[in-house]
Amino acid sequence: MNLDEALKTFIIESRELLEQMEEALLHIERAQDDPEIINAIFRAAHTIKGSAGLFGLEYIVAFTHVAESVLDRVRSAELQIGADLVALLLFSRDHIGTLVNHADTGEDPSEASNVRSRELITRLNAYLGHKAEVPATAKNGMPAELEPHLERSSAEHVETDNWHISLRFGRDVLRNGMDPLSFIRYLGTFGTLVNVVTVVETVPPISQLDAESCHLGFEISFQTSVDKAMIEGAFDFVRDDCQIRIMPPHSKISEYVQVIRDLPGKEMRLGEILVQCGTLTAAELEQTLRQQAQSEAQDKRPIGEVLLEQHIVRPEVVAAALDKQKQVKDQKTAESSLIRVDAEKLDQLINLVGELTIASAGTALIAQRAGITELQEAASTLSRLVEKVRDSALTLRMVQIGGTFSRFQRVVRDVSRELGKDIELVISGGETELDKTVVEKIGDPLTHLVRNSMDHGIEPAEVRLAQGKPAKGTLRLNAYHDSGSIVIEVSDDGGGLKKDKILRKAIERGLVQPDANLSDKEIFNLIFEAGFSTADVVSNLSGRGVGMDVVRRNISALRGSIDLDSEEGKGTTISIRLPLTLAIIDGFLVGVGKSSFVVPLDLVVECIELSDEDRRAANERNYLSLRGQVLPYLRLRDMFDVKCAPVRRENVVVVQYGNARAGLVVDSLQGEFQTVIKPLSRIFSHINGIGGSTILGSGEVALILDVPRLVQQVGSQAEKSCLEAA
Amino acid sequence: MGALATTASPVAAAEAADIRQYLTFALGSEMFAVGTLSVKEIIEYGHLTEVPMMPGFIRGVINLRGAVVPVIDLAARFGRNPTQITRRTCIVIIEVPTGEERHDIGVVVDAVSEVLEIPAGEIEPAPAFGAKIRTDFIQGMGKVNGKFVILLDVGKVLSVDEISTLASVAGQVPQAMAA
Repeated sequence: MNLDEALKTFIIESRELLEQMEEALLHIERAQDDPEIINAIFRAAHTIKGSAGLFGLEYIVAFTHVAESVLDRVRSAELQIGADLVALLLFSRDHIGTLVNHADTGEDPSEASNVRSRELITRLNAYLGHKAEVPATAKNGMPAELEPHLERSSAEHVETDNWHISLRFGRDVLRNGMDPLSFIRYLGTFGTLVNVVTVVETVPPISQLDAESCHLGFEISFQTSVDKAMIEGAFDFVRDDCQIRIMPPHSKISEYVQVIRDLPGKEMRLGEILVQCGTLTAAELEQTLRQQAQSEAQDKRPIGEVLLEQHIVRPEVVAAALDKQKQVKDQKTAESSLIRVDAEKLDQLINLVGELTIASAGTALIAQRAGITELQEAASTLSRLVEKVRDSALTLRMVQIGGTFSRFQRVVRDVSRELGKDIELVISGGETELDKTVVEKIGDPLTHLVRNSMDHGIEPAEVRLAQGKPAKGTLRLNAYHDSGSIVIEVSDDGGGLKKDKILRKAIERGLVQPDANLSDKEIFNLIFEAGFSTADVVSNLSGRGVGMDVVRRNISALRGSIDLDSEEGKGTTISIRLPLTLAIIDGFLVGVGKSSFVVPLDLVVECIELSDEDRRAANERNYLSLRGQVLPYLRLRDMFDVKCAPVRRENVVVVQYGNARAGLVVDSLQGEFQTVIKPLSRIFSHINGIGGSTILGSGEVALILDVPRLVQQVGSQAEKSCLEAA
Repeated sequence: MGALATTASPVAAAEAADIRQYLTFALGSEMFAVGTLSVKEIIEYGHLTEVPMMPGFIRGVINLRGAVVPVIDLAARFGRNPTQITRRTCIVIIEVPTGEERHDIGVVVDAVSEVLEIPAGEIEPAPAFGAKIRTDFIQGMGKVNGKFVILLDVGKVLSVDEISTLASVAGQVPQAMAA
């Protein structure tokens, strides 16, 4: 039995459903009329309830049921969904999450959860009016909307107004971790089981009995007010390996004929069971069998056709039903093409691919040295394949950032209430993909930035109105790819940063000298210094001066950079630039002196030779003319203080990063290289311009250049020295 | 040639709390020692990649079976002349505890000599001055055959925080010159 595994699946699915539910709830505040969204919320609650019932998690079923009832009334437009209800439903959603966590840990819910359950149920019940908590089990037969389609007067209908369910469980039901009894128990949660007859005919003699196989069948007479879909929903988990027939009350006798014909077992015996169940009277059975005999000769026709003929359903209903069925089927195929994989397994695979890449580079090198053409060819085929394997292995870990972004809908909603500000979150670029490990680590810094923008950035409504801005503040989250990195922007249309205030504070805290001459960018970047906060009021959210430095540290730990742009009165934009992946990149190998360095290939635009004229002028100017455009360059040889003898020819690698373009002067160009990034020891954490290391095919270590940092550093130095000179 | 010697069984060392094993090595004419528990392995000097803009005592990085490990010149760290590379020069890979984590750092030594057992009673406290290295680097002075061996406090000598701070300062210098 793998019940544990099934439970795990239930928990994972429930969490996903809860996430969808949250998203839909947040969405519904803005688009009330969309029935699809309400349905989505309802379905999520319904599925969780249904699955929880299967596992006998009564506390989840009981609570979710009430929430579902409220949702059902919203769905049937009996209840108008408003901000208060959405808030309550969000709380309920969180609470279901808590309950699911209880199920995960295998504990019974704590006293606090029970109290919370009762409190929320009371509040939810208020929306249900005086209606009972559990849907009425009174004999109101079919839901009202279905009634017109039925011809009740026909003499050929059976008498009883109970549903009839024929169940034949598949052999493997027990092996799949399902307990047949729990389905019946679950039925009991929304109706009354009038009669249950166990069909034991298929149980083999004890000597041949396999205890792990399920041979059971049930004929159930069931009284409920819910619709057919709901009853069918109860069997979602076993529908594939079981034979299930659900007959609404007052079904036609001919339908029973169909049932009797379809199900295995002796006809007569089955008929008796139906009588025993109270579904059919003896007379009805006789009629049934007679009809069956008549129709025996006819060819089997599709059930839809039969139904039509018998005027049970209208053609358009059939069409709609078939359509729906097809949709469900399509969805199922889409779902089944996804596999859940343990993230750890993926990481292991990526690590191995990394090692493989290094090994393949080593092989290629040896092949080249050996000078055997066939070997070289084989090695290059191998490298090409390894490269492909690497690329597809890496895409396995790519996920869209949209999921992370949409979580902020809730954050923004809650925080804006807390602050009493009206703030709208606008998300764009959610489909931008990046490595899962990066996504996981970006959540916290982003939360901090979002909260900060809401608390300090966006002004209170009256201030906004006084400045001629709309009362509603806007916060934007945007993401896009840019030359081998992903850029995530958090921007607000708030008050912006006040330069003089920042500077004053920084001088007060001794972070800068009073006579320091700082550029705008440098002043803005001061807010990333440890222990810096300009907020006058320390609020619950931010302003304690911890945070921005932590944000920057987190981002640098991901080999990313953070940049801030602000205009007083207009707003602030914070851009985070992150590498797409933390594992393997395409690199370009260059040589300086005896050392090799790797430049991320995405950044390389072109390579040119440094002309003699430019070399001679290197002392006066560090720029050259690239087809008429000025290109500043830096000599790695000078920068890294390489003491080897100068080489006869030097090359310029032109790199582009964001909007900046620069040249790196190196001794030699060694070509493309698949670079497996190895982290550098923490000793080098303060080093500027080196982003990591990698191992070459020869086994030697090469350093990876952090081009943006390098360029930025040179830029700021140049600016400073010019200022000093002036 | 791979590892020249491996560490002695750590269990034996842990059992005898007052008699601990030390790996002794030479720097110039002086003998130093570190506890064997922190020594991971000893390898031949070679295949070193220099890291630019680093203070002199950071020699560079090596590839230790797929992991990139920094290498420190111990003599230079003590403020002496950098180690001259000879046939007997070795890199001792030492595991340095830093808070929760452990870092592997290689140190360049002139020659590795032997593993000694030094009873606690044979260890003198560090002299206030005269050893010509920072006092906090010295865990104690072990007496071996009538001679002193300086027992190093690995956590202090190879303090990741201190080295990274020194590295960041050194990183600024060439920039200032460039500017």
